[in-house]
Amino acid sequence: MFLETIFIAMREIRRNVMRSSLTILGIVIGVAAVITMVTVGDGATRQVASEISSLGSNMLDVRPGQSFRGPGGTRSGAPMFKIADAEAIERDIGGLAGVAPITGKSVQAIYGNENWSTNITGSTNSFLQVRNWALSGGRQFTDGELRSGAAVCIIGATIRKQLFGEQDPVGRTIRLEKISCQVIGELKSKGQSGFGTDQDDFVLMPLRTVQRRIVGKNDIFSISVSAKDGISTERVKEDIERLLRERRHLGKKEDDDFNVRDMQEIVKTLTGTTRLLTGLLGAVAAVSLLVGGIGIMNIMLVSVTERTREIGIRLAIGAMEKQVLMQFLIEAVVLSCFGGIIGIILGIAAAAAGASALKVPLILNIGIIIIAFVFSAAVGVVFGFFPARKAALLDPIEALRHE
Amino acid sequence: MIAPASGIGDMNPVIELDGVTRVYGTGTAAVSALQGIDLRIDHGDFVAVMGPSGSGKSTCMNILGCLDTPSSGTYRFKGVEVGKLSRDQRALLRRHYLGFVFQGFNLLNRTSALENVELPLIYRGTPATERREMARKALAAVGLNGWETHTPAELSGGQQQRVAIARAIVASPEVLFADEPTGNLDSARSREIMELMTVFNRDLGITIVMVTHDAVMAAYARRIVRFMDGIIDKEEKNGGAE
Ligand SMILES: Nc1ncnc2c1ncn2[C@@H]1O[C@H](COP(=O)(O)OP(=O)(O)OP(=O)(O)O)[C@@H](O)[C@H]1O
Ligand SMILES: [Mg+2]
Repeated sequence: MFLETIFIAMREIRRNVMRSSLTILGIVIGVAAVITMVTVGDGATRQVASEISSLGSNMLDVRPGQSFRGPGGTRSGAPMFKIADAEAIERDIGGLAGVAPITGKSVQAIYGNENWSTNITGSTNSFLQVRNWALSGGRQFTDGELRSGAAVCIIGATIRKQLFGEQDPVGRTIRLEKISCQVIGELKSKGQSGFGTDQDDFVLMPLRTVQRRIVGKNDIFSISVSAKDGISTERVKEDIERLLRERRHLGKKEDDDFNVRDMQEIVKTLTGTTRLLTGLLGAVAAVSLLVGGIGIMNIMLVSVTERTREIGIRLAIGAMEKQVLMQFLIEAVVLSCFGGIIGIILGIAAAAAGASALKVPLILNIGIIIIAFVFSAAVGVVFGFFPARKAALLDPIEALRHE
Repeated sequence: MIAPASGIGDMNPVIELDGVTRVYGTGTAAVSALQGIDLRIDHGDFVAVMGPSGSGKSTCMNILGCLDTPSSGTYRFKGVEVGKLSRDQRALLRRHYLGFVFQGFNLLNRTSALENVELPLIYRGTPATERREMARKALAAVGLNGWETHTPAELSGGQQQRVAIARAIVASPEVLFADEPTGNLDSARSREIMELMTVFNRDLGITIVMVTHDAVMAAYARRIVRFMDGIIDKEEKNGGAE
């Protein structure tokens, strides 16, 4: 008899194509929306976090000018750093893994017929360590090269590709501005940053070379500092601030004319922002789940008159109450699960498409998938089953008379 | 639960009503549709129920068909008091002993004639192939071969009525209740239905209780029971269809 009931339930589902597919549609939309939005949001959060940690998450960036209150802002008025400032930081502050004074300029890089406009960064080997760069070929600068300001460079993956294609660049000479420069190493690619810039598009040269032969000034733009593992970046930040205020002779009432940015803080802010975004997306998705649920409810309630008559007929013909109930329960469960499964498949597909379009990793949150499925299935079952239960408890004559 | 069929010639009546009343609603809104019905129907009988509209014919049929229970009085079906049975027991009684043709056909929408007729057999647990064969035969018996795959919406009123009749007799019930089975048919079609009823009654031994407004149709029955304002006004013997 149970098999017969399943058979009847399946036949009713197939017979009422319109009603069945509308019910399924509600569930599909709800489940798919939740899965897509939450998955893409999670991927974006993960992406941002991993990009920032690729910059070096225990890194601090020290720049002249007031803290970033608007673009450029008051920076022009503040005195630039000198190499002595970087040396003072290195000497006086404990717990540092590396200190890299940085200067730079944008230039044309030329090799043979190839021509590419890029940025030169002048710094020391500490730059590689502080910013988490690894070499994919060649070597770092020697102390001699750094001290004498030799015309040597380490190039990023983008330039390597633009100027050399598949050739090995190490040992070759490129032109940067007026000087010829020997390539001694190449950097491993980091790819696009979360802010849309190409991190691989730069040339690293010894600080002294850039100061003397390219920029023509002894200023440095900024100092990147990395703390040793386990050392609080907050403490390091305070120490640097104290030291620099002293060195720049700032009185008690004066504001800092430089700022120290803690990457850890930026990581927190940015992941906090994307997490908030994920939350918002999730809320939108929850609304669509709810709307889907209301749709299901509506369809079930609209069909209740017809279903009540059907129940009356079945009861009159000799069906027992529990058989009718079982039939309706099976119908509701089958429809809900079917819709839920389609929703999950569609949701994962849409999430995968969205993730690849936005270039974020695909991270499936099983918890959310289960919640979305259970919620919409519950809506389907409750609203499919309870009106039927009410009808099945009627006398057959009353059910048949139902308006 | 229910005594097995006792066979033709059994003197015990299939149906016994004693002082049956049915009150709809409560308090001042109460309508007394049946006000004390005594009725006995023997096995193999063919009874026509007549009476003006609102006299309680359908109400009585619903009670006889175990779809409804009396407000007071007793209804015995094959000696079993129906009012004391549970809902499920009454469902089983309907399933195994009764066929019902409703005043409005009450077929399942969007469901083919064949599947509508199969319905009682599904609940009886008849295997699918046998079920289909029986349903086909029942449709043929009411003259609907070739219409098996049509849904109610694609059938005329008379055809729907005949599907309803096929559904009522497909499981060879002991008693067939028909509430105005010819109400929607022209006189030629009505006579065909009545011939069918006569065949069911005479050849298959099905006891028939049928409501009709038409004296010509009532003439096919062996007995006529006349209702008036919720009581039986008159009972008369008929010559039968011959
Ligand atoms: N469900 C109900 N609720 C309230 N009153 C009802 C209900 N069913 C029937 N009645 C009333 O009971 C009385 C008998 O109704 P019933 O349907 O038995 O009449 P009938 O003889 O079958 O009439 P007809 O020939 O028009 O079919 C009527 O007065 C009717 O209004
Ligand atoms: Mg009636």
